[in-house]
Amino acid sequence: MAHAEGQQHPIGIYFKVWILLFVISTFSYMVDYLHVESYLRWGLILLFMMLKAGFIVAVFMHMRWERQALMYAIMLPPVFVLIFTGLMSLEADNTFLSRITFFAV
Amino acid sequence: MAQPATTITDAPPEGWNGVVSDWSSDQRAFKNVPWGKAMMWIFLLSDTFIFSCFLLSYMNVRMSTTVPWPPTSEIFALSFGGDPIPLILIAIMTFILITSSGTMAMAVRFGYLRNRRMSALLMIATALLGASFVGMQVFEWTKLIVEEGVRPWGNPFGAAQFGSTFFMITGFHGFHVSVGVIFLLLIARKTWRGDFDNATPGFFTSRKGNYEAVEIMGLYWHFVDLVWVFIFAFFYLW
Repeated sequence: MAHAEGQQHPIGIYFKVWILLFVISTFSYMVDYLHVESYLRWGLILLFMMLKAGFIVAVFMHMRWERQALMYAIMLPPVFVLIFTGLMSLEADNTFLSRITFFAV
Repeated sequence: MAQPATTITDAPPEGWNGVVSDWSSDQRAFKNVPWGKAMMWIFLLSDTFIFSCFLLSYMNVRMSTTVPWPPTSEIFALSFGGDPIPLILIAIMTFILITSSGTMAMAVRFGYLRNRRMSALLMIATALLGASFVGMQVFEWTKLIVEEGVRPWGNPFGAAQFGSTFFMITGFHGFHVSVGVIFLLLIARKTWRGDFDNATPGFFTSRKGNYEAVEIMGLYWHFVDLVWVFIFAFFYLW
């Protein structure tokens, strides 16, 4: 049984993910170094960020081998942060508009 | 009696049905998951919300300011004799944290293989890498405060909110790394002594420890690395 003696996995997968994390980090650093701008920049930053986060949670934190009851309990709640993000960006736009309307820079 | 969690042999229903049957079952929802690990995951979830709130407030002030945001790429540049290399210190810090995550994953593996010396040594290596990360952060803060004159209420580069969000977010993350280093050294000491092989009662709780403690330690450490991934993307690169 997989869980009788805790999480045990072949060493190879750790090394593969380790190397991948280095490569992806180098890519995200290159986004800044090569002065990629605007939507391409933001898109690439988000892409590399999500890839890195996914590999760390799935393999290093063993989430892909956990039972789905735990997986959903931990992975679903952070989705609500996206709603919070939407609310806060509306709020920020409102503040910004008020500032340029009433404090005329 | 053996732990009931480890004696469940019938396969759980697949997919969503399995989730429902686990959650609606008696006594425990997280079957086959040691309680310590479940609690660490729940703590990390709550920590996720704390860091999310920090990053969201940073997003909010950055979107609503009418003053240009300071150019992080240039502020965090460092010169090694020649032209300044943009963001180089932050890149080095990122690589150090990823390296430490790798050594931590190895420590968990060697722990479950009952190789306690190797596991403890890898945890000490992880702690050293973590300490060097904090050291670089101290250097970065000192440079910013003393040489560049960045304060929580203002700075010479642009929007005043840059300082407050920077100190808040990286400070809280650095605090997590520092706590992690202490936590690592404690678990490494217990591992090295063979506490988890001999089931020595713990100092505070008198509970018998086992190698799950190393995995739980690993969860915390990988989480610290995970948070840095988001800080690196949103604060430094954006």
